[in-house]
Amino acid sequence: MTRALRGQRLFWMVVAVVMPLAVVGSLAAGRYQVPFLNVLGILGGKMVGIGGAFPPTEVSVVELVRLPRVLAAMLAGAGLAIAGAALQGVFRNPLVGPQIIGVSSGAGFGGALAILLFGSAWATVGFAFVFGLLAILIVYLLSRMESQAPILLLVLAGVVTSAFFSALISLIKYVADPDNKLPAIVYWLMGSLASIGWVDILVLALPVTLGGLLIWGLRFRINVLSFGDEDARALGVHVERTRWLILVAVALISAAVVAVGGIIGWIGLVIPHFARALVGPSHDALLPASAVLGALYLLLIDDIARTATAAEIPLGILTALIGAPVFAFLLRRTYLTGWRRD
Amino acid sequence: MIEVEDGGVSLGGRFVFRHLGFRLEAGQTLALLGRNGRGKTTLLRALLGLQRWAEGRARLDGSTGYVPQRTSTPFDFTVLEVVLTGRARHLGMLESPGVRDYDAAREALATLGMPDFEDRRIEELSGGERQLVFTARALASACDVLILDEPTSALDFHNQDMILSTLRRISRERGLTVVFASHYPQHALQIADQVLLMEGVEDHLFGPVDEIMTERHLSRLYEIPIRRVVLQPGSAGSVVPVFSS
Repeated sequence: MTRALRGQRLFWMVVAVVMPLAVVGSLAAGRYQVPFLNVLGILGGKMVGIGGAFPPTEVSVVELVRLPRVLAAMLAGAGLAIAGAALQGVFRNPLVGPQIIGVSSGAGFGGALAILLFGSAWATVGFAFVFGLLAILIVYLLSRMESQAPILLLVLAGVVTSAFFSALISLIKYVADPDNKLPAIVYWLMGSLASIGWVDILVLALPVTLGGLLIWGLRFRINVLSFGDEDARALGVHVERTRWLILVAVALISAAVVAVGGIIGWIGLVIPHFARALVGPSHDALLPASAVLGALYLLLIDDIARTATAAEIPLGILTALIGAPVFAFLLRRTYLTGWRRD
Repeated sequence: MIEVEDGGVSLGGRFVFRHLGFRLEAGQTLALLGRNGRGKTTLLRALLGLQRWAEGRARLDGSTGYVPQRTSTPFDFTVLEVVLTGRARHLGMLESPGVRDYDAAREALATLGMPDFEDRRIEELSGGERQLVFTARALASACDVLILDEPTSALDFHNQDMILSTLRRISRERGLTVVFASHYPQHALQIADQVLLMEGVEDHLFGPVDEIMTERHLSRLYEIPIRRVVLQPGSAGSVVPVFSS
């Protein structure tokens, strides 16, 4: 067996052990402690259809409060990490994450606008989603100034779009009622999965699955695109078309995540670097590894967010606090091996 | 077969070359020679369809495989992963390489004498080995025409010799048409059947190597005196530049 395959096998063996422990542990932990074995019993009982003899409070805490939240954290984390891995591949750039193409800001503006105007959770999700997709459309139009959209132009369009929507978000904060709406907007933007219900899971799961599957389907194309546009074209690949398919998939995923959980940064940026160091750069191995690492990471972060202090800590703060130094460390390492040549 | 009639390519409103014509039969090897900036790479890109012809007509039968002068990816792929990307044109948008593609990639590596290289990382390879890997990638695409941009630049003598003999061998074994640009006239002498000297925007000289690569033509092309000497009877001979200092 090759070195690369050995590494991948080891990675998945560790994941197979850690993942179930993390899930059950997350369901058990919290202000209201549910014993580890009871969690197993409740989940197991649910699966085989017997109502176990567990306290009803424990059952509802696990099933109605924590399970949706755990699933949401894992879905969002996996989605953002896949999106980031795909973007770094097609942009050939280690500094690219879902936030760079403007979708997060667009979705953030949509959500903030909905809180200002309506204050209903549904409107927030819907607006965030629509404006997230609108942002990618703007990026598309801006970067099509020439017949082909070179990478630099795309990144510039993303930065411009991002800045524009950030300004709009500030405007909304400025006009929002400071006692009521403003805190709601600010807390929502900082990212939280505190009020997740089963409906939100659906809103999250559908686009994340769709976008994730699309990116997974394009995994070989991403390998080809990482050699640069000209090279890929000479190899017979429709560069523009492929890149936009990936951008649409990324937009679907990140708009859904922002819609449900607010702006959770850094995961799409950091996790793929980490995964690459473990299973290698080829996207058929990298995408699944990023997905599970992203899921685990956000699950852990969300556990910290809801258990570390009496009040919830916003996710965006934690992911940045942990993500930034980890990223700096990883970048120093990868700079010394690969990215420097570009 | 490749045929270009009255071909011209312009970049930013200025012709890089025009009124260029040549005809290369299938299985032949063509060397492009010319000073920096005379449009060798541009011509290769136009043949590949990466650059639009501004005028004239060009015909190229069969599929092309490209070995660029420099290509890089920020990722440290394995050799096999790199060679597999050559299969892209045979795979649908959402398809990934299957058994056939792995077979083609491994066969290409074997052809280039690197069967046990597949798990090596490209970062650990030497310049010459890397050049071979990208040649293998082009071969894996099952191309009819192999187009190489300065395949021997930045390589030492040993590696130059290895690349040249490999090109000659695969051209014969597979009936490949080969087009390469080079700064070494010697290499044209060594393996090419035809040569195209790109002297000026509208000055081109095309023909069989023996006819075209005279001291007079080469000296005019490079604007320094060039001697052709035969050190070993029966060999292709050597091209020796007479530097001014």
